[in-house]
This record gives sequence, C-alpha cells and structure tokens, in this order.
Amino acid sequence: METLLDFFSFADPNVRLVTLGTVLLGAAAAVVGSFAFLRKRALVGDAIAHAILPGIVLAYVISDSKNTLILMAGALVSGWVALLSMDYLSNKTKLKTDTVIGLILSVFFGLGIFLLTAVQHTGRGSQAGLDKFLFGKAASMTQNDVYIFAALSIILLLLTFVFYKAFKIVAFNRDYALTLGLPVKMAEFVLASLTVLAITTGIQAVGVVLMAALLITPAAAARSWTNSLVNMIFIAAFLGAFGGLVGSFISYTAPKMPTGPWIVMALSFFALFSLLFAPKRGVFSKLKLQRKNREKIITENFLKAFYLLGEQSGNPQQIITRQALLDYRDFPPTEIQFALRKLKKKLHIIALEDGWRLSKIGLKEAARVVRLHRLWEMYLTERMNMKSDHIHPNAETMEHIITPEVEAELIKELKRPEKDPHESTIPY
Amino acid sequence: MAISGYAIAAKRLFAHSLIRSFVMNDIYIILTASFIAISCALIGVFLVLRQMAMVGDAISHAVLPGIVLAYLFTGNRDSMVMLIGAVILGVLATLLIELFHKKTRLQEDAAIGVTFTWLFALGVILISVYSGQIDLDQDCVLYGEIAYVPLDLWFTNAGMNLGPRPLWIAGGLLIAVLFFVLRGYRGLFITSFHPDYAAALGISTVVWHYALMSMVSVTTVISFESVGAILVVALLIAPAAAAYLLTESLPKLLGLAAGFGVLSSLGGYYLAKWLDGSIAGAISVVAGLIFVVAFVISQARKKVSKKSPVLS
Repeated sequence: METLLDFFSFADPNVRLVTLGTVLLGAAAAVVGSFAFLRKRALVGDAIAHAILPGIVLAYVISDSKNTLILMAGALVSGWVALLSMDYLSNKTKLKTDTVIGLILSVFFGLGIFLLTAVQHTGRGSQAGLDKFLFGKAASMTQNDVYIFAALSIILLLLTFVFYKAFKIVAFNRDYALTLGLPVKMAEFVLASLTVLAITTGIQAVGVVLMAALLITPAAAARSWTNSLVNMIFIAAFLGAFGGLVGSFISYTAPKMPTGPWIVMALSFFALFSLLFAPKRGVFSKLKLQRKNREKIITENFLKAFYLLGEQSGNPQQIITRQALLDYRDFPPTEIQFALRKLKKKLHIIALEDGWRLSKIGLKEAARVVRLHRLWEMYLTERMNMKSDHIHPNAETMEHIITPEVEAELIKELKRPEKDPHESTIPY
Repeated sequence: MAISGYAIAAKRLFAHSLIRSFVMNDIYIILTASFIAISCALIGVFLVLRQMAMVGDAISHAVLPGIVLAYLFTGNRDSMVMLIGAVILGVLATLLIELFHKKTRLQEDAAIGVTFTWLFALGVILISVYSGQIDLDQDCVLYGEIAYVPLDLWFTNAGMNLGPRPLWIAGGLLIAVLFFVLRGYRGLFITSFHPDYAAALGISTVVWHYALMSMVSVTTVISFESVGAILVVALLIAPAAAAYLLTESLPKLLGLAAGFGVLSSLGGYYLAKWLDGSIAGAISVVAGLIFVVAFVISQARKKVSKKSPVLS
C-alpha cells in the first residue's frame, strides 16, 4: 500500500518521467493500432517493428550519433521500405500475405542484427543507445526521450482526429470509398506513416518483439465492448495507457522487472478478460444467450404440445399425462423434466395428481406460439407461393423467433385470417 | 640448443593444430547451420503451403517460456524435458490461437499477435525473475550463438572427443525431420493441397495439423540456441518462399528449399566472417538475397511465358 502511494505521489522525478512516457506511448499506439486491427493488418505492424532495425543501425553508422531523432528517422525510412516491399511482393507474386509478412520480418531483422553485430565488432565504441530499440528500455528513459515521445504522441492523436473520417471509411469500406472518389491512397499513406511512426516510438519502450502487442492487444480488447469506432478507440487508448501505468508501477516496485513485458502482460490480461466477460460479444454472455434461447425453444415446444393435445380433445385446459406427452412426441426424459420444471416455475402449468394442465397465462402463451406458427404457414403459402406440405419445418423454427411487431405486421398483411393452410383455427 | 629446438617444434605443432582447428571450426559451424537450415526449410515448405507462416513465427516465440521453465526444472539445456516443454508450449500456442479465433471470433491475425506476444513476455519475465539461475540472456534469445558451436564439445565417459555437441543435436533434428517428412509424405501432401479430399479418404487433417505444429516446435526449440527466435523464422520461410516462386511440385519444392537452406548457411558463414558480424544474421541476409534472385527469375519467366503465344 505504501509503495502504491509512493508511486502515485510521483515524488520521484524519474518515476514521473517513465510513467508519463509509457502512458503516452501506450495510448498513442493503441489509437493507431485500432485501425491496423480493423484493417486486419495486425501482423504487418509486427513485421514493421522488426524491419526498422537495419534503418536504425544504418542511421547510426552514417550520422555517427545516437541522437534519438536521427535514429528514428532511419527507422521510419526502413519501416517504409519494408511496408512497400510487402505490398509489392503480395501484388507481384503468388505468395500469400502471411508468407510475405514472415519473409520481410525475418530477413529485415536478420539484416539489422548482422549490421548491428558488424558495427559492434568494428569497435566504434558503445552502441548502448541502439540496444533500447531491440529490447526497450522504458525504465531508463531520459527527459529528452519523454519530450520526444510526448510530442510524437500528440502529433499522432491530432492527425488521427483530423483524418478520422478518411481512416474510418478506409478501414470499413475501402471499395466504397474508391467509388466515391475519395483520396483513399492519400488516407492509406497517412495511416501507414502514422503506424510506422507509432511503432518507431513504441519499440523504445517495449522492444521489437513485443511492439505488436502495444498496437493490437488494446484494440482486440476494446472491440469486445463496443460496436462503435469512436468508443472502441477511446477504450483502446485508455487500456493502452493503463497498461503503461501498470508496467511502470511493477518495475518501480521490483526494479529488476522489465517494464515492457509487464506492460504486455497487463494488456494481455485486459484482452483475455474482455474476450471472456464482455457483455454481448464476450464468450460467457454468448454462452448465456445460447442457453436462454435453447430454454425458450424447449419450453415453447412443450406449451405447444399442451395446446395441441387440448385442441384435439376439445378442452384447451385438459389434464395431460406424461404418457400423453410421450405419445405426442418422443421427448427425451431429461427434456420433459427440465421443461415441466421451468413451466411450473413460470406458473404456465399447474401440477395435479394425475398430470398437468395449462394455467390461464399458460394457455395464453401457448396460443401465442401456435398462432405464430399458423400465421407464418399462412404467409408462406399466400405470399411466398409455397406448397402447404412444405411449410411446416420452417414454421417450427419461426414460431420461436417472430417478435410482437412482426406478428402485428403479419396479421395486418394477411387480413387476420381465421384458418391456417391445414384448416386449423388460428387462435387470437 | 636442445631446449630451443624443442620450443620451435612445439610452436610449429601448436600453429599446425591451430590452423587445423580453424578449418575444423569452420566446418563444424557450417555443418550445424546446414543441418538446421535443411530441417527448417523442409518444415517451412509445409507452413508456406498451408498459409501458416505466421503461426510458425508465433510458435518460435511462444516456446520461450517452455524453454525457461524446463531449464528451471532440470538445470541444464540439452535435455528431453526442454524438448517436451517446448512442444507443449508450441501446441498450446496453436490451440490458443484457434480458441481465440473460433470461440471469441477474434480475427486470426490479431489472435496470433495477442497469443505470441503474451507468451514471449511471460518468457522474458521468467528469465529476469530467475536471472541468477538461468544461463539465457535476451541477446541469445534474439540471435543465438552459433559461433560458439565448436566450443561445446562432447566427450564420452572414456574421455573420447566426439566433436561439438550442437552438431550432434542438429544432426538428430535433421534425421527426425527427414523421417517425419518421408514417412508422413502422403498425409502431409494430401492435407496440404486437398483438405476436403483428405477428409473423404479418412485422413485426419487435425492429426496432421498438430503433428506438423509439434515438429515446428521441436525444430524451433533446437534451432533456438544456434540462431535465436526470430532468425529461425527466416530459415523456415525464406528458402520455402523462394522455392515456391520457382516450382509447384512438392518434391521439387522440398529439394530446392533444402538446397537454398544449405546455400544460405554457406554464404552466410563467409559473409559473417568477411564483415565480422553475427553468423545467424548473415545467414538470413543470404536467404533473403536468394529469395530476391528467385523473384527476379520468376518475373523473367512470367514475361517469357506472356510473350510465347505471340512467337508460336
């Protein structure tokens, strides 16, 4: 607790710097990464992160300085060359995207490692400044670095804001944008430049290998929570920033711990949590919805059985035995037990000594299901010109799906028919 | 007089064995690299054909925590435990990717990216937690240390020198891969090219999928020490991709890719010697150059085949 307070008081100027730096980087990378994610270019980002290494080493060799800005310029150039090579090879050869990405990634990185080691062995003094591009050195950021990161992050966020509409249409419907005559190529160029810039900045915090996580993991997590792009970008930015905060906090409490991998661990945890527990798109809510639907279908089928058996005998609330249900349809025993329990709980049926009968609300509900079934059969024969012996299976499904609004439409469209195509009465 | 004559003779002998060991060192390194390159190229052909190159990349990163954990348990590097740990992690990574992709409907590229970065981060954290107990550093993870191959000699209990241990391990890997590819040729062939037909014949695509993924894990983990996690991807993909530009028959693909692998090792070694850089890095550079040559040839062929109808 005390360390937590110590950390958040930000009394230590170094802590302040590192935290500010990682939070800004996390947020900026997540915003740009959201577009990369939506355009299904997550791994292209990974390849660019590896491919900027030769540019950094060459920039160092040519300029003979370890100035962050000069090295980043080299990185930008080499990131762009990699991006263009990937595009060129995918268009010119029969190689699939994944092969092209893996090829450029590994060969560029190999070139980078080769140049780096060759420079090391010439004895040009320490190239410790280059190492931070390989492994990320968030904990040892200088004030100057943080100013550069802050400036770049703000540029990234501003440009995303300015080009938001263009990016959006490129991400969702590129072909449509082309037919509208929008400057798609321009938008793609700006977006690609921003991605390369974000990667060049970000790898100084987390290193080459883990940069992909900074781009896509927050976006993957955010996607589970919302269907709106604006919300997604904000959630991703927040998660990216929060991951940066967690990473710097952990390496503050345990100085031996590397910041970058912990940022990635935090982000992965957010993503896993979101994928599992997010409402609507999460795994568990989907399972829950599936179970609810199954339950609805089973109970409605039983209500229908009660109704039809009653209809045969002329007494809608007739007492039905288990045997009668089994004679009507060969329901599995577990299903019978399950459905009767559920229906009793909802007061749709009343348990008697020798069987069950529909309650008043049960009868109303059962009539609704039968009505939907017969209305839909009517619609299929009248409007879709289907034969009356072909329509039953489809109606068996639709009776569970049709909403009250659609029901009203059907009644209006069919002028409230009395009988269905099999001459059974439609209950209203 | 006698003493100085002795000294000269000893010096000569020493110089001679030094030269001889220099040549032997070259041969040891080139052989190890070639064995690894051939193994990677053969496996890589199937990855490229099945559009799983990036899954291979993901596995090569994801085995890291497996290696670290096995190292912690057994305390040494070359053990079966390490291989088993790596295979478990490699297959786990494939499973996770599929789970994310199918169950949560996360698109495949994002599923790959999230999975391997997470596992790799876990590996790096484990390394730094147990840094005192593990002789693995981040440099080694990224680009291996094939230059040290001749130093790691293998002695029998009787004290006989059997040559470098990594060479034996790489040779074992090559035999295992050759066995896998030759014995599994039919299954791999059918499930790669006609998955539906394979299903109709009763050949399980799932079994071959996981068999291949296990082989990828084994190959990457053995190559790991020599060439590192990322450059093994170059050996997996570049020779196979170059071969795929030149031919479409599977036997030719395998042969060409293996040849390109050996060529990369040979060229890479001398490039590294010439410019005094990392051997593994140089091997990937040469593999990239071979790809460029293959690309130029395939483009030239395309032009010729476009023109030929006019000529005939």
